[in-house]
Amino acid sequence: MTTEASLSPETVLAEMKKGGITHVVWLPDSETNWLYLLMKAEPSITLVAVPREGLAFSCAAGIYIGGGTPIILIQNTGMMESGDSMRGWTMGLNIPVVMMVGYRGYTRHGVNKDTAATYTERFLNAFGIQYYLVEHSSDAPRISVAFEEAKKTKRPVAILVGDEYHGFNR
Amino acid sequence: MIVMEEMLKVFQQHRGDAIVVSGRANRHWDGISTIKNRDLSLGDPAMGGHASFALGLALAQPNKKVIVFDSEGDLQMSLGVLAMIAEQKPKNFYHFLLDNECYATTGGQPVPNAKTIAYDTIAKGCGYPAAYAYTNLESFSVNVGRILGEPGPAFVAMKIVPEVENVPIGQRVPRLRRTKDQGIADLRAELGVSN
Repeated sequence: MTTEASLSPETVLAEMKKGGITHVVWLPDSETNWLYLLMKAEPSITLVAVPREGLAFSCAAGIYIGGGTPIILIQNTGMMESGDSMRGWTMGLNIPVVMMVGYRGYTRHGVNKDTAATYTERFLNAFGIQYYLVEHSSDAPRISVAFEEAKKTKRPVAILVGDEYHGFNR
Repeated sequence: MIVMEEMLKVFQQHRGDAIVVSGRANRHWDGISTIKNRDLSLGDPAMGGHASFALGLALAQPNKKVIVFDSEGDLQMSLGVLAMIAEQKPKNFYHFLLDNECYATTGGQPVPNAKTIAYDTIAKGCGYPAAYAYTNLESFSVNVGRILGEPGPAFVAMKIVPEVENVPIGQRVPRLRRTKDQGIADLRAELGVSN
């Protein structure tokens, strides 16, 4: 396990700003503290904390319909918990939203010891949700791709943040 | 207990130009409202989400009043939404709760602990600056104008006479006069948003 940060929170925030994000609807996961501090200090972004991830989808739908540009920031475990909310509030209402999903347990398709990782991509495939894996800062342009695809398809698109053990929290 | 249709007729007098997310009130609200393009009835996208959806609208449109008619069954599924809303302190947000003590859609089975929960107390405890509970139309009627005239967020719980429809869902008369997509498009056009 490297102690070097491979995906910098500054890079993620820059992509969010490029995407015109107005609201981050989120529930912290184990690796987002430094990103949280950056987002909190960013005047163009409003942080909306949710107590359970399903509420992020309904809230994001309201923000979008009201003219804002939300992003959902949650962990894969919370995404799976949210299945029906994701279905009804974003897919059912044609909401173009990117969900940035912490890929807990990700081992680059090695031996999974965490069932959260085992079922993450299967879950997304079952819902037909396009996803992009971001592991390093050099993958950051995929975040912009996700924003464009969500807009074009009017469906949620996922960014899987596969950097949990590389120090994303730095 | 309050008859929903009568309550909505009183509410309509104080609605102004607020956006109304009608939730389970739509069965009567659609026939009472006079500003259809500021109404949003989405049916039931997924239970438990109406209040947080309306919060999102309120955050995106801070200069417009947003009023949601929630239900106690939905609220019980996502009680944390009260803390979520209170933290944002949306001055333009008004949270009305239709508490008929049952899941009317599925035949009227009681929600957990239906008769004993003080939702206004929970809302206040979560940080809503104003929370009220009414069991009769007279008290509601005397206060609703004042409540809507003060900054939000405000929470208004009302005990409502249940209207249970014991017909299979697939055989019920559809209540939405516009599709969800049309309702959303009409509201966005009204608000002048095109993101």
